[in-house]
Amino acid sequence: MSVVTASSRTPPTKTQGQVVIETSQLTKRYGKFTAVDNLNLTVHRGEVFGLLGPNGAGKTTTILMLLGLTEPTSGSVRVLGFDPSREPLDVKARVGYLPDAIGFYDELTARENLAYIARLNGLSQAEAAKRIPAAIERMGLGEVIDHPVATFSRGMRQRLGVAELLLKQPEIIIMDEPTLGLDPEAAHNFLNMILQLKQEGITILLSSHLLHQVQQVCDRVGLFSNGRMMISGTVADLAQRVLRGGYRITVQARGEADVLKRALLALPGVQKVEQTQPETFVIHGAHDLRSDAASAVVNAGGKLYGLDVEAPSLDEIYSVYFKEASNGAGS
Amino acid sequence: MAQAVKVQSPAAQPVSQARKRKGSPWTGLWAVVAKEMADHLSSVRMQILEVLILLTAVGTVYAVMQGVRQTVGQDPFIFLRLFTTAREPLPAFIGFLSFLVPLIAISMSFDAVNGEFNRRTMSRVLAQPIYRDALLMGKFLAGFFTLALVLTAIWLLVMGMGILGLGLPPSGEEVARSLIFLVATIFYGGIWLALGMVFSVVFRQPATAALGALAVWLFFTIFWGMLTSLLARLISPVTYGTAQELLRQIQTEQALSRISPNTLYVEATLGILNPAIRSFGILLPTQLEGAIVGAPLPLAQSLMLIWPQLTGLIAATILLFALAYVLFQRQEIRA
Repeated sequence: MSVVTASSRTPPTKTQGQVVIETSQLTKRYGKFTAVDNLNLTVHRGEVFGLLGPNGAGKTTTILMLLGLTEPTSGSVRVLGFDPSREPLDVKARVGYLPDAIGFYDELTARENLAYIARLNGLSQAEAAKRIPAAIERMGLGEVIDHPVATFSRGMRQRLGVAELLLKQPEIIIMDEPTLGLDPEAAHNFLNMILQLKQEGITILLSSHLLHQVQQVCDRVGLFSNGRMMISGTVADLAQRVLRGGYRITVQARGEADVLKRALLALPGVQKVEQTQPETFVIHGAHDLRSDAASAVVNAGGKLYGLDVEAPSLDEIYSVYFKEASNGAGS
Repeated sequence: MAQAVKVQSPAAQPVSQARKRKGSPWTGLWAVVAKEMADHLSSVRMQILEVLILLTAVGTVYAVMQGVRQTVGQDPFIFLRLFTTAREPLPAFIGFLSFLVPLIAISMSFDAVNGEFNRRTMSRVLAQPIYRDALLMGKFLAGFFTLALVLTAIWLLVMGMGILGLGLPPSGEEVARSLIFLVATIFYGGIWLALGMVFSVVFRQPATAALGALAVWLFFTIFWGMLTSLLARLISPVTYGTAQELLRQIQTEQALSRISPNTLYVEATLGILNPAIRSFGILLPTQLEGAIVGAPLPLAQSLMLIWPQLTGLIAATILLFALAYVLFQRQEIRA
């Protein structure tokens, strides 16, 4: 098995899987307010897609329409080939949903809460008795399976929510702000769990405004603002388009400052070179220019002491793209 | 611009076709009923009210039996007296019921829908493969079945105490009459159950919904009786004092008072539990022609007498539930 690591490790990004979620010109209006405006979204099987944007950008409304919990004003939605507003049961049997503010029946135990969900999903008693402890065990709640949910912390509730998703064995999981309100460690574990689910071949659509977290797990993201999806693609893709690269290479070198700066500027793909300290230069480039920069410094007769790269972050992409939108929302 | 319009038209098509839903609206109904009934039967507030009903049943029936022991031989409907006879200082058992049944029903339903929103379980439950119909219907049926279960248990208890205390079995007609009384009581509760449900859909705060439902109940128990006589005087005034005018005013008042479910319930139960009653309101001499005063009506005739009241109770239950249903279907789920 380990012989073929090289080929099997590369994710199948080129051979994109079948389309599992597709919306076209999807629009939702509440009176005069347009919550979602002509949304065209495509999600492929097995990928993790992030819907990103400020609160009130229309992410939750989009999710509700995907689940058939809200009727679209116009446009069409297809989830696994079903129309959520006409065949919601088919959609909801195959799609797991983790709402942003997740609640359980506090007076019931974890097991009883999941048992109710199992019955609503039409699982047989025997099947439920098998799946429920397995799902709860897997989320690390095995010890509190018979405790009332009232005693659970926010993180535990979140994990119980995921246990509920596992119980359904869905093809697609939709999560609304899944890491909101979790402490950093819990959030980290949660993101790892998302990657595990992805390994199992489950398609995941998640919405968030915590960009640095989402960046770690999403294959593709779509940036939302005022009900519109402004731009979508892989993070590198967006960085290329929005920041024209977004790589920042810090070079620490001693030598003739002007000569070094000119040499660095002459490299292909360099947009800007700043001298932040006497011996420190920051290069803004379209890609990772470290080796080019190193040889440029050496060739220009400088002495290289340090070289560091900062990959483009979603936060940056986001703030550049949405300066106006976030200003408006913040007021 | 033209291009945008062109793209819009094929995309808009599926929405117009989307009127018909696939799959049964009752999928998952019984899962909801089972869960809600378990909640009701184990909840403290229900247990308190059940104990209260139990105490009143035992108290009133015991008091009645002290009084009727001597006349057991003469009265053919002695078992029905257990429900209707009041003995100082206790009112009759049906008096207690007309008071306690609305309380039980409202206490079961006032947080049915808004409670799910407040616990943030609504979107999670509706993300399961069920329709909203199943959730609301399941909640209503669970309340209704709980009510039926509790009231049937009380009914059996009263009958059992009667057999033990009086030393004779109830006749077939007594059983039939008291069973109809049981059905009327259950649907009387159904009205308040459905009303509580309407308020639980309309108001997001359970406390507001509970107070609203109780206010309606108080209005009909206490104030409606006063209002009807005032309204009747306005609608059908007596200007010349003729018999016809007086009669019309009384009829108007009676019709108005029957808007209240309490009136319907009291008339229905009295009519079926007291076979001697042959008419509600004023009795015209023509109605008494050839009748022996105090002689019991046959069961079928008593049933015919209370038929409008009985169907009124059932219809009100269904109408109020339909209202809750429509309101709930239009509600946005995001919360």
